[in-house]
Amino acid sequence: MEIADLPICTSHRAKLLAAGYSSLAALSAADPPRLALDLNIEIPEAEDILKIAVCANKFKGADGPSSVIKGAQNAWDMLSDEQSRKHINTGSGDLNNILGGGIHCKEVTEIGGVPGIGKTQLGIQLAINVQIPVECGGLGGKSVYIDTEGSFMVERVYQIAEGCISDILEYFPHYQNKAPSGQEKLKPESFLADIYYFRICSYTEQIAVINYLEKFLGEHKDVRIVIIDSVTFHFRQDFDDMALRTRVLSGLSLKLMKLAKTYNLAVVLLNQVTTKFTEGSFQLTLALGDSWSHSCTNRLILYWDGNLRYAYLDKSPSLPAVSAPYAVTGKGVRDAVSSNRKRARVM
Amino acid sequence: MANKLVSEMRLPPHLAHLLAARGLTTAKDVLSLPEVELMSVLDTGIHTARAAVAHVSEIACPPYQTALALLESVRLGGSGRLATALRGLDNSLGGGIPLGKLTEIVGPSGIGKTQFCLKLALLATLPECYGGLNGRVVYIDTEFKFSSQRIIEIGKKSFPQIFRQEGLAQKMSGRILVVRPTSLSDFTKSLEQMKVTLLQHDVKLLIVDSMAALMSS
Repeated sequence: MEIADLPICTSHRAKLLAAGYSSLAALSAADPPRLALDLNIEIPEAEDILKIAVCANKFKGADGPSSVIKGAQNAWDMLSDEQSRKHINTGSGDLNNILGGGIHCKEVTEIGGVPGIGKTQLGIQLAINVQIPVECGGLGGKSVYIDTEGSFMVERVYQIAEGCISDILEYFPHYQNKAPSGQEKLKPESFLADIYYFRICSYTEQIAVINYLEKFLGEHKDVRIVIIDSVTFHFRQDFDDMALRTRVLSGLSLKLMKLAKTYNLAVVLLNQVTTKFTEGSFQLTLALGDSWSHSCTNRLILYWDGNLRYAYLDKSPSLPAVSAPYAVTGKGVRDAVSSNRKRARVM
Repeated sequence: MANKLVSEMRLPPHLAHLLAARGLTTAKDVLSLPEVELMSVLDTGIHTARAAVAHVSEIACPPYQTALALLESVRLGGSGRLATALRGLDNSLGGGIPLGKLTEIVGPSGIGKTQFCLKLALLATLPECYGGLNGRVVYIDTEFKFSSQRIIEIGKKSFPQIFRQEGLAQKMSGRILVVRPTSLSDFTKSLEQMKVTLLQHDVKLLIVDSMAALMSS
Protein backbone atom coordinates (compact mmCIF):
# COMPACT_ATOMS: atom_id res chain seq x y z
CA MET A 1 0.00 0.00 0.00
CA GLU A 2 1.33 3.38 -0.84
CA ILE A 3 0.53 6.84 0.46
CA ALA A 4 -1.69 7.28 -2.57
CA ASP A 5 -3.84 4.35 -1.46
CA LEU A 6 -4.34 5.44 2.17
CA PRO A 7 -7.93 6.19 3.10
CA ILE A 8 -7.26 9.84 4.00
CA CYS A 9 -8.56 13.09 2.56
CA THR A 10 -6.97 14.46 -0.58
CA SER A 11 -5.57 17.61 1.00
CA HIS A 12 -3.75 15.56 3.66
CA ARG A 13 -2.42 13.22 1.01
CA ALA A 14 -1.10 16.12 -1.03
CA LYS A 15 0.52 17.64 2.07
CA LEU A 16 2.19 14.29 2.93
CA LEU A 17 3.71 14.00 -0.51
CA ALA A 18 4.77 17.64 -0.51
CA ALA A 19 6.44 17.25 2.90
CA GLY A 20 8.49 14.34 1.60
CA TYR A 21 6.62 11.37 3.09
CA SER A 22 6.70 9.29 -0.06
CA SER A 23 6.32 5.84 1.49
CA LEU A 24 4.60 4.12 4.37
CA ALA A 25 7.97 3.33 5.94
CA ALA A 26 8.84 7.03 6.18
CA LEU A 27 5.44 7.72 7.71
CA SER A 28 5.68 4.97 10.29
CA ALA A 29 8.97 6.42 11.53
CA ALA A 30 7.34 9.78 12.26
CA ASP A 31 5.68 10.87 15.52
CA PRO A 32 2.51 13.00 15.79
CA PRO A 33 4.05 16.37 16.79
CA ARG A 34 6.65 16.15 14.01
CA LEU A 35 4.07 15.15 11.44
CA ALA A 36 1.72 17.94 12.57
CA LEU A 37 4.52 20.48 12.15
CA ASP A 38 5.52 19.16 8.74
CA LEU A 39 2.00 19.10 7.37
CA ASN A 40 0.86 22.23 9.13
CA ILE A 41 -2.13 20.49 10.70
CA GLU A 42 -3.38 19.88 14.23
CA ILE A 43 -1.83 17.10 16.35
CA PRO A 44 -5.06 15.01 16.67
CA GLU A 45 -5.32 14.97 12.86
CA ALA A 46 -1.70 13.84 12.62
CA GLU A 47 -2.41 11.05 15.11
CA ASP A 48 -5.35 9.89 13.00
CA ILE A 49 -3.19 9.74 9.89
CA LEU A 50 -0.58 7.68 11.71
CA LYS A 51 -3.21 5.28 13.06
CA ILE A 52 -4.48 4.70 9.54
CA ALA A 53 -0.95 4.12 8.29
CA VAL A 54 -0.31 1.54 11.03
CA CYS A 55 -3.50 -0.32 10.21
CA ALA A 56 -2.55 -0.34 6.54
CA ASN A 57 0.79 -1.88 7.47
CA LYS A 58 -0.82 -4.60 9.56
CA PHE A 59 -3.15 -5.38 6.71
CA LYS A 60 -0.21 -5.80 4.43
CA GLY A 61 1.02 -8.41 6.83
CA ALA A 62 4.20 -6.65 7.86
CA ASP A 63 6.00 -7.68 11.09
CA GLY A 64 3.46 -7.31 13.86
CA PRO A 65 5.69 -6.27 16.70
CA SER A 66 7.96 -4.18 14.48
CA SER A 67 5.15 -1.92 13.47
CA VAL A 68 4.31 -1.22 17.10
CA ILE A 69 7.90 -0.43 18.13
CA LYS A 70 10.60 -0.51 15.53
CA GLY A 71 12.93 -3.47 16.00
CA ALA A 72 10.85 -5.15 18.70
CA GLN A 73 10.32 -8.89 18.95
CA ASN A 74 7.61 -10.44 21.04
CA ALA A 75 8.45 -12.70 23.97
CA TRP A 76 6.78 -15.80 22.46
CA ASP A 77 8.96 -15.68 19.36
CA MET A 78 11.97 -15.14 21.61
CA LEU A 79 11.08 -18.25 23.64
CA SER A 80 11.43 -20.56 20.68
CA ASP A 81 14.63 -18.73 19.76
CA GLU A 82 16.03 -19.19 23.29
CA GLN A 83 15.08 -22.84 23.49
CA SER A 84 16.75 -23.67 20.23
CA ARG A 85 20.02 -22.08 21.28
CA LYS A 86 22.90 -24.41 21.85
CA HIS A 87 25.11 -24.47 24.90
CA ILE A 88 28.83 -25.02 25.13
CA ASN A 89 29.81 -28.01 27.24
CA THR A 90 32.16 -27.00 30.07
CA GLY A 91 33.52 -30.53 30.50
CA SER A 92 31.86 -31.06 33.89
CA GLY A 93 28.31 -32.39 33.96
CA ASP A 94 27.55 -30.71 37.29
CA LEU A 95 28.80 -27.39 36.04
CA ASN A 96 26.74 -27.76 32.85
CA ASN A 97 23.67 -28.41 34.97
CA ILE A 98 23.90 -25.26 37.06
CA LEU A 99 24.48 -23.29 33.87
CA GLY A 100 21.36 -24.74 32.26
CA GLY A 101 23.21 -26.95 29.81
CA GLY A 102 26.46 -25.06 29.45
CA ILE A 103 27.75 -21.64 28.49
CA HIS A 104 25.03 -19.77 26.58
CA CYS A 105 25.52 -18.35 23.14
CA LYS A 106 24.47 -14.76 22.48
CA GLU A 107 25.31 -13.91 26.10
CA VAL A 108 28.29 -12.54 28.01
CA THR A 109 29.44 -14.76 30.87
CA GLU A 110 31.94 -13.58 33.46
CA ILE A 111 34.01 -16.16 35.33
CA GLY A 112 36.02 -14.99 38.30
CA GLY A 113 38.07 -16.54 41.06
CA VAL A 114 41.31 -16.59 43.02
CA PRO A 115 44.56 -17.34 41.22
CA GLY A 116 45.04 -21.04 40.64
CA ILE A 117 41.37 -22.00 40.85
CA GLY A 118 41.14 -22.98 37.20
CA LYS A 119 39.87 -19.98 35.26
CA THR A 120 42.37 -20.38 32.43
CA GLN A 121 41.80 -24.14 32.47
CA LEU A 122 38.09 -23.57 32.03
CA GLY A 123 38.74 -21.01 29.31
CA ILE A 124 40.92 -23.44 27.38
CA GLN A 125 38.40 -26.25 27.91
CA LEU A 126 35.66 -24.08 26.39
CA ALA A 127 37.89 -23.13 23.47
CA ILE A 128 38.27 -26.85 22.75
CA ASN A 129 34.72 -27.96 23.58
CA VAL A 130 33.08 -25.46 21.24
CA GLN A 131 34.71 -27.48 18.46
CA ILE A 132 32.99 -30.77 19.40
CA PRO A 133 31.29 -31.91 16.19
CA VAL A 134 27.56 -31.31 15.82
CA GLU A 135 26.97 -35.06 15.47
CA CYS A 136 28.34 -35.48 19.00
CA GLY A 137 26.18 -32.78 20.55
CA GLY A 138 28.55 -29.85 20.17
CA LEU A 139 28.58 -26.69 18.10
CA GLY A 140 31.32 -27.56 15.64
CA GLY A 141 32.55 -23.99 15.82
CA LYS A 142 35.88 -22.21 16.14
CA SER A 143 37.15 -20.05 18.99
CA VAL A 144 38.97 -16.80 19.57
CA TYR A 145 41.25 -16.73 22.63
CA ILE A 146 42.44 -13.30 23.72
CA ASP A 147 45.30 -13.75 26.15
CA THR A 148 46.26 -10.68 28.21
CA GLU A 149 48.33 -12.43 30.86
CA GLY A 150 50.37 -14.97 28.97
CA SER A 151 48.79 -17.91 30.76
CA PHE A 152 47.95 -19.77 27.54
CA MET A 153 50.28 -22.80 27.66
CA VAL A 154 49.97 -24.40 24.27
CA GLU A 155 51.18 -27.82 25.45
CA ARG A 156 48.34 -27.88 27.95
CA VAL A 157 45.88 -26.98 25.18
CA TYR A 158 47.18 -29.98 23.27
CA GLN A 159 46.67 -32.19 26.33
CA ILE A 160 43.10 -30.94 26.80
CA ALA A 161 42.36 -31.51 23.10
CA GLU A 162 43.59 -35.09 23.45
CA GLY A 163 41.37 -35.55 26.53
CA CYS A 164 38.36 -34.20 24.67
CA ILE A 165 38.95 -36.49 21.69
CA SER A 166 39.32 -39.56 23.91
CA ASP A 167 36.02 -38.70 25.60
CA ILE A 168 34.26 -38.18 22.25
CA LEU A 169 35.46 -41.58 21.07
CA GLU A 170 34.44 -43.19 24.35
CA TYR A 171 30.85 -41.97 24.13
CA PHE A 172 30.51 -42.02 20.36
CA PRO A 173 32.55 -45.04 19.28
CA HIS A 174 30.62 -45.21 16.03
CA TYR A 175 31.81 -41.70 15.15
CA GLN A 176 35.17 -43.08 14.14
CA ASN A 177 33.63 -45.79 11.94
CA LYS A 178 30.76 -43.84 10.46
CA ALA A 179 32.83 -41.07 8.97
CA PRO A 180 36.15 -42.36 7.64
CA SER A 181 37.07 -38.73 7.12
CA GLY A 182 36.41 -38.34 10.85
CA GLN A 183 39.70 -40.15 11.31
CA GLU A 184 41.55 -37.19 9.91
CA LYS A 185 39.37 -34.66 11.64
CA LEU A 186 39.66 -35.92 15.21
CA LYS A 187 43.27 -35.06 15.86
CA PRO A 188 44.45 -32.60 18.53
CA GLU A 189 46.22 -30.60 15.81
CA SER A 190 42.94 -29.87 14.06
CA PHE A 191 41.43 -28.64 17.32
CA LEU A 192 44.41 -26.35 17.84
CA ALA A 193 44.17 -25.09 14.28
CA ASP A 194 40.67 -23.78 15.02
CA ILE A 195 41.67 -21.59 17.97
CA TYR A 196 42.57 -18.03 16.92
CA TYR A 197 45.02 -16.69 19.48
CA PHE A 198 45.67 -13.00 20.19
CA ARG A 199 48.36 -11.94 22.69
CA ILE A 200 47.54 -8.56 24.17
CA CYS A 201 50.13 -6.50 26.00
CA SER A 202 48.37 -3.26 26.98
CA TYR A 203 44.89 -1.85 27.48
CA THR A 204 45.14 -0.04 24.16
CA GLU A 205 45.68 -3.36 22.41
CA GLN A 206 42.75 -4.79 24.35
CA ILE A 207 40.48 -2.00 23.11
CA ALA A 208 41.90 -2.38 19.61
CA VAL A 209 41.31 -6.13 19.46
CA ILE A 210 37.72 -5.84 20.66
CA ASN A 211 37.09 -3.17 18.02
CA TYR A 212 38.81 -5.29 15.37
CA LEU A 213 36.75 -8.35 16.31
CA GLU A 214 33.79 -6.93 14.44
CA LYS A 215 35.65 -7.14 11.16
CA PHE A 216 37.35 -10.41 12.12
CA LEU A 217 34.09 -12.14 13.03
CA GLY A 218 32.53 -10.92 9.81
CA GLU A 219 35.31 -12.72 7.96
CA HIS A 220 35.34 -15.83 10.18
CA LYS A 221 31.69 -16.64 10.59
CA ASP A 222 32.26 -20.03 12.19
CA VAL A 223 33.65 -18.61 15.43
CA ARG A 224 31.23 -19.53 18.22
CA ILE A 225 33.09 -18.37 21.33
CA VAL A 226 35.35 -15.47 22.29
CA ILE A 227 37.33 -15.87 25.51
CA ILE A 228 39.21 -12.99 27.13
CA ASP A 229 41.76 -14.17 29.71
CA SER A 230 41.72 -12.00 31.68
CA VAL A 231 39.71 -8.89 31.03
CA THR A 232 41.11 -7.30 34.21
CA PHE A 233 44.84 -7.52 33.90
CA HIS A 234 45.63 -4.37 31.94
CA PHE A 235 43.00 -2.31 33.69
CA ARG A 236 44.42 -2.74 37.14
CA GLN A 237 47.73 -1.04 36.59
CA ASP A 238 47.82 1.63 33.91
CA PHE A 239 45.00 3.82 35.10
CA ASP A 240 45.32 6.86 37.32
CA ASP A 241 42.06 8.21 36.02
CA MET A 242 39.33 5.94 37.36
CA ALA A 243 36.61 7.78 35.49
CA LEU A 244 38.39 7.01 32.22
CA ARG A 245 38.69 3.38 33.25
CA THR A 246 34.97 3.07 33.98
CA ARG A 247 34.12 4.73 30.66
CA VAL A 248 36.46 2.53 28.65
CA LEU A 249 35.27 -0.63 30.38
CA SER A 250 31.59 0.14 29.84
CA GLY A 251 32.33 0.85 26.18
CA LEU A 252 34.07 -2.52 25.90
CA SER A 253 31.27 -4.41 27.59
CA LEU A 254 28.67 -2.85 25.29
CA LYS A 255 30.69 -3.80 22.23
CA LEU A 256 31.12 -7.35 23.50
CA MET A 257 27.40 -7.73 24.15
CA LYS A 258 26.68 -6.45 20.66
CA LEU A 259 29.17 -8.90 19.14
CA ALA A 260 27.61 -11.77 21.08
CA LYS A 261 24.17 -10.94 19.76
CA THR A 262 25.12 -10.08 16.20
CA TYR A 263 27.34 -13.08 15.53
CA ASN A 264 25.48 -15.56 17.75
CA LEU A 265 28.47 -16.44 19.86
CA ALA A 266 29.29 -16.85 23.52
CA VAL A 267 31.56 -14.27 25.13
CA VAL A 268 33.44 -15.48 28.21
CA LEU A 269 35.36 -12.97 30.31
CA LEU A 270 37.75 -14.21 32.96
CA ASN A 271 38.18 -11.88 35.89
CA GLN A 272 40.51 -11.66 38.87
CA VAL A 273 39.60 -11.03 42.48
CA THR A 274 40.44 -8.15 44.76
CA THR A 275 39.75 -7.36 48.38
CA LYS A 276 37.04 -4.92 49.26
CA PHE A 277 36.41 -3.41 52.62
CA THR A 278 32.70 -3.86 53.31
CA GLU A 279 30.77 -4.09 56.57
CA GLY A 280 33.88 -3.71 58.65
CA SER A 281 35.89 -6.57 57.11
CA PHE A 282 37.93 -7.33 54.04
CA GLN A 283 36.17 -9.56 51.58
CA LEU A 284 37.21 -11.11 48.31
CA THR A 285 35.25 -9.75 45.42
CA LEU A 286 35.65 -9.61 41.65
CA ALA A 287 37.89 -6.87 40.34
CA LEU A 288 37.04 -3.82 38.21
CA GLY A 289 34.48 -2.33 40.53
CA ASP A 290 30.74 -2.17 40.95
CA SER A 291 29.88 -0.62 37.61
CA TRP A 292 31.62 -3.43 35.75
CA SER A 293 29.63 -6.01 37.67
CA HIS A 294 26.55 -4.87 35.78
CA SER A 295 28.15 -5.52 32.43
CA CYS A 296 27.77 -9.25 32.10
CA THR A 297 24.66 -11.34 31.69
CA ASN A 298 25.88 -14.31 33.70
CA ARG A 299 28.46 -14.56 36.42
CA LEU A 300 30.20 -17.67 37.70
CA ILE A 301 32.43 -17.45 40.76
CA LEU A 302 35.02 -20.17 41.30
CA TYR A 303 36.21 -20.85 44.83
CA TRP A 304 37.91 -23.38 47.07
CA ASP A 305 36.06 -25.34 49.74
CA GLY A 306 38.77 -27.24 51.55
CA ASN A 307 40.53 -29.16 48.82
CA LEU A 308 37.70 -29.11 46.33
CA ARG A 309 36.96 -26.61 43.61
CA TYR A 310 33.45 -25.21 43.41
CA ALA A 311 31.61 -22.95 40.99
CA TYR A 312 28.82 -20.68 42.14
CA LEU A 313 26.36 -19.17 39.67
CA ASP A 314 26.21 -15.68 41.10
CA LYS A 315 24.20 -13.92 38.41
CA SER A 316 21.84 -15.25 35.77
CA PRO A 317 18.63 -13.95 34.22
CA SER A 318 16.94 -17.33 34.32
CA LEU A 319 18.71 -19.78 36.62
CA PRO A 320 18.88 -20.09 40.41
CA ALA A 321 22.07 -19.34 42.35
CA VAL A 322 23.57 -22.79 42.99
CA SER A 323 27.01 -24.25 43.56
CA ALA A 324 28.54 -27.23 41.87
CA PRO A 325 31.87 -28.98 42.38
CA TYR A 326 34.28 -29.55 39.50
CA ALA A 327 37.81 -30.81 39.09
CA VAL A 328 40.78 -29.99 36.91
CA THR A 329 42.33 -33.22 35.67
CA GLY A 330 45.01 -34.18 33.20
CA LYS A 331 42.29 -34.35 30.56
CA GLY A 332 40.89 -30.92 31.41
CA VAL A 333 37.88 -29.72 33.39
CA ARG A 334 35.75 -32.68 34.50
CA ASP A 335 33.29 -33.63 37.21
CA ALA A 336 34.68 -33.85 40.70
CA VAL A 337 35.08 -37.50 41.48
CA SER A 338 33.54 -38.51 44.79
CA SER A 339 34.50 -41.91 46.08
CA ASN A 340 30.98 -43.24 46.50
CA ARG A 341 29.54 -42.53 43.11
CA LYS A 342 30.50 -43.43 39.58
CA ARG A 343 31.78 -40.59 37.46
CA ALA A 344 28.91 -39.01 35.55
CA ARG A 345 28.81 -38.88 31.77
CA VAL A 346 30.65 -35.93 30.36
CA MET A 347 28.72 -35.77 27.08
CA MET B 1 51.43 -1.45 19.32
CA ALA B 2 49.82 1.05 21.62
CA ASN B 3 52.37 3.65 20.68
CA LYS B 4 51.89 3.33 16.95
CA LEU B 5 51.80 6.78 15.45
CA VAL B 6 48.56 7.99 13.96
CA SER B 7 50.53 9.82 11.29
CA GLU B 8 51.70 6.47 9.93
CA MET B 9 48.29 4.88 9.80
CA ARG B 10 47.21 6.24 6.44
CA LEU B 11 43.98 7.74 7.65
CA PRO B 12 42.24 10.21 5.32
CA PRO B 13 44.46 13.34 5.46
CA HIS B 14 41.88 15.73 6.91
CA LEU B 15 41.18 13.34 9.80
CA ALA B 16 44.87 12.80 10.43
CA HIS B 17 45.44 16.57 10.58
CA LEU B 18 42.58 17.12 13.00
CA LEU B 19 43.87 14.38 15.30
CA ALA B 20 47.38 15.81 15.19
CA ALA B 21 46.06 19.30 15.94
CA ARG B 22 44.43 18.00 19.12
CA GLY B 23 47.61 16.26 20.20
CA LEU B 24 46.27 12.73 19.59
CA THR B 25 49.42 11.25 18.14
CA THR B 26 49.35 7.59 19.11
CA ALA B 27 46.87 4.75 18.88
CA LYS B 28 46.59 4.87 22.67
CA ASP B 29 45.42 8.50 22.56
CA VAL B 30 42.75 7.81 19.98
CA LEU B 31 41.41 4.59 21.46
CA SER B 32 41.14 5.96 24.99
CA LEU B 33 38.66 8.60 23.86
CA PRO B 34 34.94 7.94 24.00
CA GLU B 35 33.16 7.98 20.64
CA VAL B 36 31.30 11.22 21.31
CA GLU B 37 34.48 13.12 22.06
CA LEU B 38 36.14 11.75 18.96
CA MET B 39 33.18 12.94 16.92
CA SER B 40 33.66 16.49 18.23
CA VAL B 41 37.42 16.37 17.64
CA LEU B 42 37.00 15.21 14.07
CA ASP B 43 33.93 17.38 13.57
CA THR B 44 32.13 14.55 11.79
CA GLY B 45 29.17 12.27 12.30
CA ILE B 46 29.21 9.03 14.23
CA HIS B 47 29.81 6.84 11.19
CA THR B 48 33.05 8.57 10.20
CA ALA B 49 34.24 8.52 13.81
CA ARG B 50 33.48 4.80 14.07
CA ALA B 51 35.22 4.11 10.78
CA ALA B 52 38.29 5.99 12.02
CA VAL B 53 38.27 3.98 15.27
CA ALA B 54 37.92 0.73 13.33
CA HIS B 55 40.85 1.70 11.11
CA VAL B 56 43.10 2.64 14.05
CA SER B 57 42.05 -0.51 15.94
CA GLU B 58 42.86 -2.79 13.06
CA ILE B 59 46.35 -1.35 12.84
CA ALA B 60 46.96 -1.26 16.60
CA CYS B 61 45.68 -4.80 17.08
CA PRO B 62 48.47 -7.39 17.29
CA PRO B 63 48.37 -10.09 14.60
CA TYR B 64 46.70 -13.36 15.48
CA GLN B 65 48.03 -16.92 15.24
CA THR B 66 46.25 -20.21 15.43
CA ALA B 67 47.11 -22.28 18.48
CA LEU B 68 48.58 -24.83 16.09
CA ALA B 69 51.02 -22.29 14.67
CA LEU B 70 51.93 -21.40 18.25
CA LEU B 71 52.58 -25.05 19.08
CA GLU B 72 54.74 -25.50 16.00
CA SER B 73 56.83 -22.41 16.78
CA VAL B 74 57.33 -23.63 20.36
CA ARG B 75 58.37 -27.08 19.14
CA LEU B 76 60.70 -25.64 16.50
CA GLY B 77 62.58 -23.47 19.00
CA GLY B 78 63.84 -26.52 20.89
CA SER B 79 61.41 -27.41 23.61
CA GLY B 80 60.95 -23.78 24.58
CA ARG B 81 62.11 -24.66 28.09
CA LEU B 82 65.10 -24.35 30.39
CA ALA B 83 65.70 -27.72 32.01
CA THR B 84 66.51 -27.38 35.71
CA ALA B 85 68.56 -30.59 35.79
CA LEU B 86 66.32 -31.83 38.63
CA ARG B 87 64.55 -34.77 37.08
CA GLY B 88 61.43 -34.75 39.24
CA LEU B 89 60.95 -31.02 38.84
CA ASP B 90 61.52 -31.13 35.10
CA ASN B 91 58.93 -33.90 34.79
CA SER B 92 56.28 -31.94 36.64
CA LEU B 93 57.08 -28.77 34.73
CA GLY B 94 56.78 -30.55 31.41
CA GLY B 95 60.44 -30.19 30.52
CA GLY B 96 61.61 -27.26 32.57
CA ILE B 97 61.04 -23.55 33.15
CA PRO B 98 59.03 -22.29 30.15
CA LEU B 99 60.38 -19.56 27.89
CA GLY B 100 58.23 -16.56 27.19
CA LYS B 101 56.42 -16.80 30.54
CA LEU B 102 56.90 -15.49 34.04
CA THR B 103 57.82 -18.06 36.67
CA GLU B 104 57.76 -17.19 40.36
CA ILE B 105 59.87 -19.03 42.96
CA VAL B 106 58.48 -18.66 46.45
CA GLY B 107 59.72 -19.95 49.76
CA PRO B 108 60.70 -19.19 53.35
CA SER B 109 64.13 -17.75 54.03
CA GLY B 110 67.04 -20.15 53.90
CA ILE B 111 65.23 -22.70 51.74
CA GLY B 112 67.50 -22.21 48.74
CA LYS B 113 65.85 -19.73 46.38
CA THR B 114 69.03 -17.81 45.62
CA GLN B 115 70.99 -21.07 45.22
CA PHE B 116 68.34 -22.26 42.78
CA CYS B 117 68.61 -19.00 40.83
CA LEU B 118 72.40 -19.29 40.70
CA LYS B 119 72.09 -22.79 39.29
CA LEU B 120 69.55 -21.64 36.70
CA ALA B 121 71.78 -18.75 35.70
CA LEU B 122 74.62 -21.15 35.14
CA LEU B 123 72.43 -23.60 33.19
CA ALA B 124 71.26 -20.90 30.82
CA THR B 125 74.82 -20.05 29.82
CA LEU B 126 75.76 -23.62 28.96
CA PRO B 127 75.83 -24.80 25.35
CA GLU B 128 72.73 -26.59 24.16
CA CYS B 129 74.44 -29.98 24.07
CA TYR B 130 74.70 -29.77 27.85
CA GLY B 131 71.05 -28.83 28.24
CA GLY B 132 71.58 -25.08 28.36
CA LEU B 133 70.25 -22.18 26.35
CA ASN B 134 73.64 -20.97 25.15
CA GLY B 135 72.76 -17.41 25.95
CA ARG B 136 73.37 -14.55 28.30
CA VAL B 137 71.72 -14.03 31.67
CA VAL B 138 70.69 -10.80 33.36
CA TYR B 139 70.71 -11.28 37.13
CA ILE B 140 69.01 -8.49 39.03
CA ASP B 141 70.40 -8.77 42.54
CA THR B 142 68.55 -6.57 45.03
CA GLU B 143 69.82 -8.16 48.21
CA PHE B 144 73.50 -8.37 47.29
CA LYS B 145 73.41 -12.12 47.54
CA PHE B 146 75.04 -12.94 44.21
CA SER B 147 78.30 -14.73 44.77
CA SER B 148 80.46 -15.34 41.71
CA GLN B 149 82.66 -17.64 43.76
CA ARG B 150 79.65 -19.80 44.52
CA ILE B 151 78.61 -19.93 40.86
CA ILE B 152 82.04 -21.11 39.77
CA GLU B 153 81.96 -23.71 42.54
CA ILE B 154 78.54 -24.95 41.35
CA GLY B 155 79.90 -25.08 37.80
CA LYS B 156 83.00 -27.04 38.75
CA LYS B 157 81.06 -29.57 40.83
CA SER B 158 78.08 -30.07 38.47
CA PHE B 159 79.77 -29.79 35.09
CA PRO B 160 83.39 -30.68 35.71
CA GLN B 161 83.95 -31.58 32.07
CA ILE B 162 83.21 -28.03 30.94
CA PHE B 163 84.71 -26.11 33.79
CA ARG B 164 87.98 -27.98 33.77
CA GLN B 165 88.62 -26.71 30.24
CA GLU B 166 90.76 -23.58 30.00
CA GLY B 167 88.96 -20.31 29.75
CA LEU B 168 85.50 -21.88 29.62
CA ALA B 169 84.73 -20.96 33.20
CA GLN B 170 85.51 -17.37 32.29
CA LYS B 171 83.38 -17.55 29.16
CA MET B 172 80.36 -19.00 30.92
CA SER B 173 80.45 -16.71 33.91
CA GLY B 174 81.20 -13.83 31.58
CA ARG B 175 77.77 -14.31 30.14
CA ILE B 176 76.06 -13.51 33.44
CA LEU B 177 75.42 -9.78 33.82
CA VAL B 178 74.66 -8.68 37.37
CA VAL B 179 72.63 -5.53 37.96
CA ARG B 180 72.21 -4.05 41.44
CA PRO B 181 69.36 -1.51 41.53
CA THR B 182 69.07 0.42 44.75
CA SER B 183 65.41 1.30 44.52
CA LEU B 184 62.20 0.44 42.73
CA SER B 185 62.41 3.47 40.44
CA ASP B 186 66.02 2.55 39.64
CA PHE B 187 64.85 -0.94 38.76
CA THR B 188 61.97 0.26 36.57
CA LYS B 189 64.28 2.62 34.73
CA SER B 190 66.86 -0.06 34.06
CA LEU B 191 64.13 -2.44 32.85
CA GLU B 192 63.04 0.10 30.27
CA GLN B 193 66.59 0.58 29.05
CA MET B 194 67.14 -3.15 29.06
CA LYS B 195 64.62 -3.92 26.35
CA VAL B 196 67.04 -3.22 23.52
CA THR B 197 69.97 -4.85 25.34
CA LEU B 198 67.99 -8.06 25.80
CA LEU B 199 67.49 -8.40 22.09
CA GLN B 200 70.93 -7.25 21.00
CA HIS B 201 72.88 -9.49 23.33
CA ASP B 202 70.84 -12.68 23.07
CA VAL B 203 69.74 -12.72 26.71
CA LYS B 204 67.89 -15.93 27.42
CA LEU B 205 67.19 -15.61 31.15
CA LEU B 206 66.22 -12.72 33.39
CA ILE B 207 66.28 -13.36 37.14
CA VAL B 208 65.01 -10.93 39.77
CA ASP B 209 66.27 -11.87 43.24
CA SER B 210 64.13 -10.75 44.96
CA MET B 211 60.91 -8.84 44.28
CA ALA B 212 60.08 -8.46 47.96
CA ALA B 213 63.33 -6.67 48.71
CA LEU B 214 62.65 -4.22 45.87
CA MET B 215 59.18 -3.42 47.13
CA SER B 216 60.26 -2.80 50.69
CA SER B 217 63.13 -0.51 49.74
